[in-house]
Amino acid sequence: MTVRVAARRVSTDRPGRRVTLAGSVVLLGVLLGVSLVAAVGLGPVDIPFLDVWRIVFATQDAPSGPMAVIVRDIRLPRVLLGAIVGAGLAVTGAVLQGVLRNPLADPYLIGASSGASLGAVLALMSGLSWLLPVAAFTGAMVTFTVVLLLARGGGQLGVTSLILSGVAVAALAEAATNFIVLNSPDSQLRSALFWTLGGLSGTQWSDLPVPAIVVGIFVVWFRLRSAELNALVLGEEGATSLGVEVNRLRVRLVVGSAITVGAVVSVSGGIGFVALMVPHAVRMVVGGDNRWVVPLSTLAGALLMVWVDVGARLLNQPDEIPIGVITALLGAPFFLVLLARANRRAMA
Amino acid sequence: MSLSLDVEDLSWAPVLHDITLSAAPGEILGLIGPNGSGKSSLLRCVYRRQRPDRGRITVDGLDVWTAPAGEVARRVAVVTQESPADLENSVEQIVALGRVPYLGTLGRLTRAEHDLIDDAMERCEVRSLARRPYARLSGGERQRVHLARALVQQPGLLLLDEPTNHLDLRHQVELLRLIRSLGVTVVAALHDLQLAAAACDRLAVLSGGRLVADGPPAKVVTADLLTEVYGVAAEVTHGPDGLPRINLPLAT
Repeated sequence: MTVRVAARRVSTDRPGRRVTLAGSVVLLGVLLGVSLVAAVGLGPVDIPFLDVWRIVFATQDAPSGPMAVIVRDIRLPRVLLGAIVGAGLAVTGAVLQGVLRNPLADPYLIGASSGASLGAVLALMSGLSWLLPVAAFTGAMVTFTVVLLLARGGGQLGVTSLILSGVAVAALAEAATNFIVLNSPDSQLRSALFWTLGGLSGTQWSDLPVPAIVVGIFVVWFRLRSAELNALVLGEEGATSLGVEVNRLRVRLVVGSAITVGAVVSVSGGIGFVALMVPHAVRMVVGGDNRWVVPLSTLAGALLMVWVDVGARLLNQPDEIPIGVITALLGAPFFLVLLARANRRAMA
Repeated sequence: MSLSLDVEDLSWAPVLHDITLSAAPGEILGLIGPNGSGKSSLLRCVYRRQRPDRGRITVDGLDVWTAPAGEVARRVAVVTQESPADLENSVEQIVALGRVPYLGTLGRLTRAEHDLIDDAMERCEVRSLARRPYARLSGGERQRVHLARALVQQPGLLLLDEPTNHLDLRHQVELLRLIRSLGVTVVAALHDLQLAAAACDRLAVLSGGRLVADGPPAKVVTADLLTEVYGVAAEVTHGPDGLPRINLPLAT
């Protein structure tokens, strides 16, 4: 909700407004930095902020022993992965909502998330759990490719057909996932179910590089395309007349989103609502200009996920709550607020 | 800067057939014809929305279908009949989209570009709406916003598809006057023949996807044409300005 505070100060004057928007990027960046350190300190064992700081930056007076191990090998990779996952989900939500011109667009809508779950569950059930991230990523890409092929009639990527085939393929993949989960032995049931609901427990350093690199590359690339993404608001006709190759841009952005989501979901499991909520919240505050929505959604998504994960490990000790459960709990009221706001605006 | 348009032997089955047409730099060319005669389709072929089956379209010698899309968009701007947008998009943002064909990788606008945007909003009388959500505007206001967006594109050729749709009489007159003052080549599909005759240097008439007449308004708008092309019996007289006046007897 820090986003909102920053935005209230957005002035109506143009040059000032740009400075304030750039300022909110900086502000969110700083908040994210502080949150990362704070989140590492929070958990079943509380570690003071300063100690975390010293351990992370390996200063000379850094504490050693079990506390250092917890911070370095358990908490830090987990918190960082949370930030990467949140950033990746939120930025794809922002891009997909812009490309598909649909406020409900998110990674579930193009089949990527459901495909990842199916791939992961298949890997778990066949005893190949070490292959899980690869299987999940493959699952995401396979279902997404099916969606894309179904949607591409006559060489044109129609938005409505993409959404419809996405919904259908996702439903199919979810049905298959549920069937497999329900027929699995009890010993594996829990881990499969937990995976489909998303979670970051047991994160290791080796989980980080792939999603970090993929998210990093695509955030930059999405930002470079964001002026063209803005033009899509005028529809196919209008964007074409501005020199945007609409069909090519759509395919590229959707494929980029699917790869990003696949990379993220393969390590975190299916986490709903983040991709949906964060870009909407950002747009409510700064407006629809994707040159700002893309970077701000990235930062806000990272920030949100870091704190949601703190909630996941603190709220139900000694057990963990699946992250997807928390995001859904936040997501439902958020949408009621969004709806109320839209209704109020429609009446005004 | 005003650029010539040359359409050579253009066909797009089953809508357009063998159309050859040109507009000289600075000329205001009106496209008239009944519903479904192919006016919008012809414009669509020019702004790369609809690839023709046959024929060549060049703007100042540049073939629009082989040149890069961005290069065409820096020469040709379009105002279409209906454009969607979201609640989050302010009028100013929509107008600023006219700079998309010119943007560098980071998409930042220069001071001069902001001035250009302000100036275009001023000329199209939408500056007072700059902060309003586009989705809340009336049809006429949207039309003027899109004209401003097209001006921001700094085109040498401006294509207008029914630009006076949704506009009240005053705004119709002002829009056509504004268009005449721009000094760019304009090709406009228009419905109102009398207004078209007053606003355009030349009229081209489409019927069933073919070009059936092309010439100065006083020569083109005749009682015979109205009977043949529109299927209405009308009287055409000429005013003191030499422009046609159309009388449609409705009483039977």
